[in-house]
Amino acid sequence: MLPVITGFIDELREAGVPVSMVESIDAMKAVEAIDIGRRVALRETLRATLVKNLRHERAFDTAFDIYFSTIPLPSDGHDENGPMGGDPGETPGGQGGGAGEFDHEALFNALLEALSGMDAEALRKGVRDAVDHLAGMEPGRPVGGTYYLYRTLRRLDLAELEDQLLQAMAGDEELSELDERLLREEVEALIEQLREEVQEEIRRRLVADRGREAVARTLRRPLIEDIDLMHATSSDLADMEDAIGPLTRKLAARLARRRKKRTGRLDFRRTVRKSLATGGVPADPQFKHPRPHRPEVWLLCDISGSMATFSRFTLQFTHAMSTHFSKLRSFAFVDTIDEVTDFFGPGIDFGSAVSRITTEAEVVWLDGHSDYGNSLETFYSRYGSQLSPRTTVIITGDARNNYRPPRDGILAEVAKASRALVWLNPEPIAYWDTGDSTMSHYARHCTSVHEVRTLRQLEDFVETITLPAGRSLQNA
Amino acid sequence: MEFEGPDRVADALASVSYLADARIAQVVFLAEKLSKPVLVEGPAGVGKTELAKAMAAVTGRDLIRLQCYEGLDEAKALYEWNYKKQLLRIQSDVDHDWDTISHDIFSEEFLLTRPLLAAIRSTEPVVLLIDEVDRVEVETEALLLEILSDFQVSIPELGTMTANTQPLVFLTSNNTRELSEALKRRCLFLHIDYPDAEREQLILSARVPGLSDHLAGQVAKVARSIRSLDLKKSPSVSETIDWARTLLALSVEEVDEEVLGDTLHVLLKYQADIEKAAKELTSSSTT
Repeated sequence: MLPVITGFIDELREAGVPVSMVESIDAMKAVEAIDIGRRVALRETLRATLVKNLRHERAFDTAFDIYFSTIPLPSDGHDENGPMGGDPGETPGGQGGGAGEFDHEALFNALLEALSGMDAEALRKGVRDAVDHLAGMEPGRPVGGTYYLYRTLRRLDLAELEDQLLQAMAGDEELSELDERLLREEVEALIEQLREEVQEEIRRRLVADRGREAVARTLRRPLIEDIDLMHATSSDLADMEDAIGPLTRKLAARLARRRKKRTGRLDFRRTVRKSLATGGVPADPQFKHPRPHRPEVWLLCDISGSMATFSRFTLQFTHAMSTHFSKLRSFAFVDTIDEVTDFFGPGIDFGSAVSRITTEAEVVWLDGHSDYGNSLETFYSRYGSQLSPRTTVIITGDARNNYRPPRDGILAEVAKASRALVWLNPEPIAYWDTGDSTMSHYARHCTSVHEVRTLRQLEDFVETITLPAGRSLQNA
Repeated sequence: MEFEGPDRVADALASVSYLADARIAQVVFLAEKLSKPVLVEGPAGVGKTELAKAMAAVTGRDLIRLQCYEGLDEAKALYEWNYKKQLLRIQSDVDHDWDTISHDIFSEEFLLTRPLLAAIRSTEPVVLLIDEVDRVEVETEALLLEILSDFQVSIPELGTMTANTQPLVFLTSNNTRELSEALKRRCLFLHIDYPDAEREQLILSARVPGLSDHLAGQVAKVARSIRSLDLKKSPSVSETIDWARTLLALSVEEVDEEVLGDTLHVLLKYQADIEKAAKELTSSSTT
């Protein structure tokens, strides 16, 4: 058992999940305390001890499937030693085996019955048959199994299965629209369950064929925080949404932070407590902490075509920020700039905000290619007078200016009029100033410039941001 | 109290109307077995706090609760010297020399125990609930570390106080911010999500006496359907329970579009959400 678990932990680390020494020892201890013949028990035990972040669960599930897929489920009836140390080759029904007669219709009906009767045992048997006959797996091919999965599902004719399931469960009654919707969702959940079973079965066979490490390597995906924001898929972006909330909250806290000053009112309780050390003489008065000030943040997002995925992310970020900053103003630009603060008002969901920005905001002036110079100029002439020494300006963009004049002098004015100016660039630092990128022109006017290609880098930025404190006081 | 296995945990919790799934039962079992704290995370209203309460009820232990908030400090979480009493002691005693007094005023008599110290010093085993730990600042989290890893509290003037009995510790978090690695490392991690429709139906039947199975099933399915929408705030389990109670009070036997439209405000608290759900669920479902 031990080697399998260490191998599993290595795989988790390989996939980027941080597992500390202490945690791996905890996992070992915990595994000793449980019945490892039970797959659910083992999975939840390892999960509770090794994975401390919801975002890493996907990596955990994949790795677990691969490393422990040979543990039979409770009903399979297994001997004591077989499952763990066992020779993976023993997995039932190798490829091509038991060809003979194959009755597609019988399988279809069996699955239908298993799903509508919620019979887990029958479902598993049906799935095994389906993979046996429909996946057409070829031993030795270094694939992750996605192709086999789709082939099996296509040949199973899921749409037909769904229809029939719907009919079988609806019975003869006339359904209201609400009931129909609920029923359809139930059927979808069942089909999803079938899909997962098939995927698991295929992975089990792949492991039997090529060994754990090899399959794990093929299936390894970057963690959500390491995905390049420029190339993230929309499902990746959806996954990121949960992570953005806590991040913006933290940013709000960091921006609100000030150097410790004795500006608060006298804290009587703590002063008296402290005075005990000096025999009741209040030699060291204690003060209440001053209220954190409300940071004022202006966000300028490049939403041009080259930034499509990234800008969707920054807009998500903006949307999340708008709930934590009372004084947040957001602006979008392509070759000119428009204020989009109102599109992110309270109670407006993200989807409709984005569609309104793309249709209503006036961000295109000439040809719809990025023009930072003109955008900045428009920004400064329209809104510049409203900048105050309390304002933190954050610009997100790749600074690719299509060889137009950068007009970075205006950025210097913006920097002068605000508390701090931060630039987040989604391109790798090595690409800055190549081609039409004018990053260094802008960088020298910024308080700080950061490469933010991944969620992790954004986290680092939020973690380390320090702004010149108290400028407002000097000026006031 | 020792549990034989996760199934026993689930049974015991079910006896106090808390329906645990395999994951919850397994983690609670481990927590007991390994004497480790559990960090429970998940959306609001899925029964994180309820789990600690249920465990207290099951094991017959007292529940000591520390509600976290921004600005929570040592004096409110761990212990504080009772300075008023100390002052009185100093003033009332002019005969003795300073050495005796100073020794005296830093004894347990002048110590005010706060929840964490109380849990450690209790002679009976307790359940300690540290609620919404994500609300305290990162710096304050460090206060908890000693207690979580060694079940002890160090007081400079008195020395180290170790736990008389092993408390069962639950920390809950709504994940509004990332907790520190140090804290997470010391805990078992348990993420509780919205229950699936089947389990929610069971929860409803257990929590709302008099609710028919049919209606409970319908409520659970509608809740699942609403949660699949992109809303500002999805309905929590406690809200579906409220909704089931409402339906029962209105003696509704069957959820249809009209009933749903009239009572959506029990499930959803934002006008925009209500409008969206009403549009999706009660008008045509042609998509």
